[in-house]
Amino acid sequence: MTFHSILFDIRGDSIGEEPSEAPDFFVDLNLDQVVDAITASRRDYDLKPFFYMTLSNIDTIKYRQAVMQDLEQKTLFEYLELFARKMRAMREHLVQVDRLFHKYQKEAWFLDAVEIYCDAVQGLVQNLNLVDMESRGLLTFHEFLSNYARSRRFTSLVTETKKLKADLSTVRYCLLIRQNSIRVRKYDDEIDYSADVEATFEKFKIGAVQDYRVELPSGTTMNHVEEGILDLVARLYPDIFSTLDDYCARNSNYLDETIGVFDREIQFYLAYLDFIARLKRAGLKFCYPRLTDNNKEIYVEEGFDLALAHKLILENTPVVCNDFFLKDQERIFVVSGPNQGGKTTFARTFGQLHYLACLGCPIPGSGAQVFLFDRLFTHFEREEDITNLHGKLQDDLVRIHHVLEHATPNSLIIINEIFSSTTINDSVFLGNRILEKISELDLLCVCVTFIVELASFNEKTVSVVSTIVPDNPALRTYKIVRKPADGLAYAISIAEKHGLTYDRVMERIKE
Amino acid sequence: MKALLLYRDRDFEPLHELSWSEEALIQDLELNTLFDAMALGDKFVRGVVDKAVLSGLRNDLETIIYRQDILKDCLKKPSVVREIYDLAVETITEERKIYGGVVRYPSSTLRRSMEALQLLVGMLKKLRQIADKHGSTFESAGFTRLFAMLQKELSDEYFDTVQDHLKELRFGGGVLVSAELGKGNKGTNYVLRKQDKKHGWIEWVLGAGQRPYSLHISDRDQSGAKALSELRDRGLNLVANALAQSDDHILSFFNMLRTELAFYVGCLNLHEQLVQLGEPTSFPLPVAQPNRRHSAIGLYDVCLALTMQQKIVGNDLNADNKELVIITGANQGGKSTFLRSVGVSQLMMQCGMFVPAEALCSNICDSLFTHFKREEDTTMSSGKLDEELSRMSDIIDSMTANSMVLFNESFAATNEREGSEIAAQIIRALVDRRVKVFFVTHLYEFAHGFYKKGLEHAIFLRAERHDDGRRTFKLNEGEPLQTSFGGDLYSKIFGANDYN
Repeated sequence: MTFHSILFDIRGDSIGEEPSEAPDFFVDLNLDQVVDAITASRRDYDLKPFFYMTLSNIDTIKYRQAVMQDLEQKTLFEYLELFARKMRAMREHLVQVDRLFHKYQKEAWFLDAVEIYCDAVQGLVQNLNLVDMESRGLLTFHEFLSNYARSRRFTSLVTETKKLKADLSTVRYCLLIRQNSIRVRKYDDEIDYSADVEATFEKFKIGAVQDYRVELPSGTTMNHVEEGILDLVARLYPDIFSTLDDYCARNSNYLDETIGVFDREIQFYLAYLDFIARLKRAGLKFCYPRLTDNNKEIYVEEGFDLALAHKLILENTPVVCNDFFLKDQERIFVVSGPNQGGKTTFARTFGQLHYLACLGCPIPGSGAQVFLFDRLFTHFEREEDITNLHGKLQDDLVRIHHVLEHATPNSLIIINEIFSSTTINDSVFLGNRILEKISELDLLCVCVTFIVELASFNEKTVSVVSTIVPDNPALRTYKIVRKPADGLAYAISIAEKHGLTYDRVMERIKE
Repeated sequence: MKALLLYRDRDFEPLHELSWSEEALIQDLELNTLFDAMALGDKFVRGVVDKAVLSGLRNDLETIIYRQDILKDCLKKPSVVREIYDLAVETITEERKIYGGVVRYPSSTLRRSMEALQLLVGMLKKLRQIADKHGSTFESAGFTRLFAMLQKELSDEYFDTVQDHLKELRFGGGVLVSAELGKGNKGTNYVLRKQDKKHGWIEWVLGAGQRPYSLHISDRDQSGAKALSELRDRGLNLVANALAQSDDHILSFFNMLRTELAFYVGCLNLHEQLVQLGEPTSFPLPVAQPNRRHSAIGLYDVCLALTMQQKIVGNDLNADNKELVIITGANQGGKSTFLRSVGVSQLMMQCGMFVPAEALCSNICDSLFTHFKREEDTTMSSGKLDEELSRMSDIIDSMTANSMVLFNESFAATNEREGSEIAAQIIRALVDRRVKVFFVTHLYEFAHGFYKKGLEHAIFLRAERHDDGRRTFKLNEGEPLQTSFGGDLYSKIFGANDYN
């Protein structure tokens, strides 16, 4: 087995052109927020393209799931983070090399960059020996890395680097600063005078006092006086510095390309796991879903909206989870019920979970089976767009028409409040037409609507409603339950609150 | 070097915030009168004495005796003690005047430190001369140790060494600094080195002919000059810090000396005023826990005496082996005054002071609390009884069995029966836990209830009243009576004819 890429199974999808734009539905599903949060602390890696391409091959998804599962071992995760930190430090060093001017300074930074690289590789090889891994991706990578670390090219790089570092650390010198001149010579065991003075006054020492040390400029560059001194020091130690020159000339291409690519790609996993770790600590569950491409029965237990959960955890607010499933003929969730009861959240959850599953990621929930879709479409209410000269209703119809043109039986459609800008009769009529089309395609769909009539459209539709606490309608439960849409529960509780139920009104009207 | 005049083995740290219970003590015992009298207008002394007195509650028996001995020395030699105090004040004031520059560089820090050090060393010398002159006339362990330490640590040879350093630190021969190559081959770990003539640096510097390893900054090269002085500063950074910190340490010795002496100066001030009023003072006899002692002769409220500026009536008390003292009797018969005299004298004893009494013997307590009737709280957050009970609960949270609580008309914010019941429940528990309680009350049911039980560990005091209604402000042992003679007060204010 040769190692190819940690993101792509050699037998499955291959690395194509990396997309630079997020898919159209990202904003509607709040996936943009999720991906922003996942990649926020790892901007340098340019990870977003990885989150923009879904996979169409179940093997590749399984390949990633296995890597992800391996990485759930805390120690392995930490080892790779450590490797990543070192590689970042190495790159920062190379940036310095380009920025600096003085030859011996550039060379010293380059030497340190190589030292960090060697340490990163050796450390990772050693650490990977300590953990059990099962994924093909990580196993083949480990094998590749071990071979590399044993190669002559790498071992001699390590030896040379160490020797040179050790030599440079032996350099010690003295400066005598007097008026306008500085003299340099090798250090010769002169007494530390500050310590001498300190000892004289030792007897007065009482507790902690102010620190009078001045923070002197400590930038990485040197002024011309320092450069002049360094040149003199180099003349005091000629052998060491000529070895340094030679070393840098020979080793400019030290970095292995495969390792460079791995360093970026592994971040896809680390970033995602890091992101969900916070949510897990708050008690939320994640699972590796089973993906099907021939069976449209799906289920999710304890699913939730990842973007919302991320926000709520920061505010220390509990997150409500929902179970849902579609079986047999069922294809379409029709979501109705009180506003702000979690309808849109439910729709987003459905979309997010499918999308993330097709990236090979663990998804919100304690257990799930989801469908490997070919395309995902969303139709969310938009602000009226004055540039296209259509009315809003027309705009709605144009957009949904476009969706239905391109959708296949293996697509996913998520509709949030459609046709709200017309009369209720129109809405019912148009809604029915659209559901007919969707039914014909036999695809999976979530349709959030205020049109109660759509809830019992046919055998493919499942009615789910958002719920409220009867005694306190102001309190939202965000629970979505399978239930016929009667449009009553909410109205009755509002009436109770105002003392306008039948019994209450009878009571209040005294004879 | 430490002053160690308040504790045998540690510094006094007066910076703590007052706790709520200390705030209550100040308010209820009118301690500000005491503190003001001790300060006599000296703000610094004022800032020390309140903390010193209140923190006395944490002293052990040894510390109390240690301070009593020092205070006895002070009373014998007030002028020497005040001279040392003034020297400390002068040192601190003069040091503050030395200019340090606006921007801090190691070189400017060094310059200021050397000047300050010159001053401080001079003052230390004066201090040692006082020790040389008067040391032998002091007897207390505290002063004996202080003077011996000054003589041992501050020898003439030591002063010479310091002068040598002050000379060397002018760096006539240039600044010698060692360095290593740090990150990016940039010089690092700059350490100032002593120029050792034996190492031939002089020849190296003065050596004529070629100078292969030297660098010269031309006069026009301003950035070069700046770089050079920065390099010099790197060398001086640590030594400047060491010197400035040494200044601080010496200064904090003077500060500590001033702070700790401020307490004794406060005692001297108070003593002089009481002598003038003709009031007696004595050194009390503290007794270790878990004994229960409380006896006094001529115990008076020092704050009342200071406020009235006259000698006032003292009381005797014999409450050895008692946990509970219940005080009843006439209004304005001196009950509260007595209660305060008990509290203040306990505080003064525990911080090592003399007490306002001809004699006093009491056991040390871990903490002292006052639970006095308060004005109606204006925050509207809780009713008066609620407020009282919440204060009581706070006290219980922070007390130990070896505590002492002074109650003044507590739990009277409800009717007598409820108040008595609440009070009885609380007090019974406190006494069973061996907490020492002084309770001034008009709650007859409460007081009499305890009286009837004939408790071995309780005594009952009554404010006296002559048959004509005059008060003597004397308290005697006696059974609680049902009236507190409010009628007397009424007739005094409204006129006798209006009464009856």
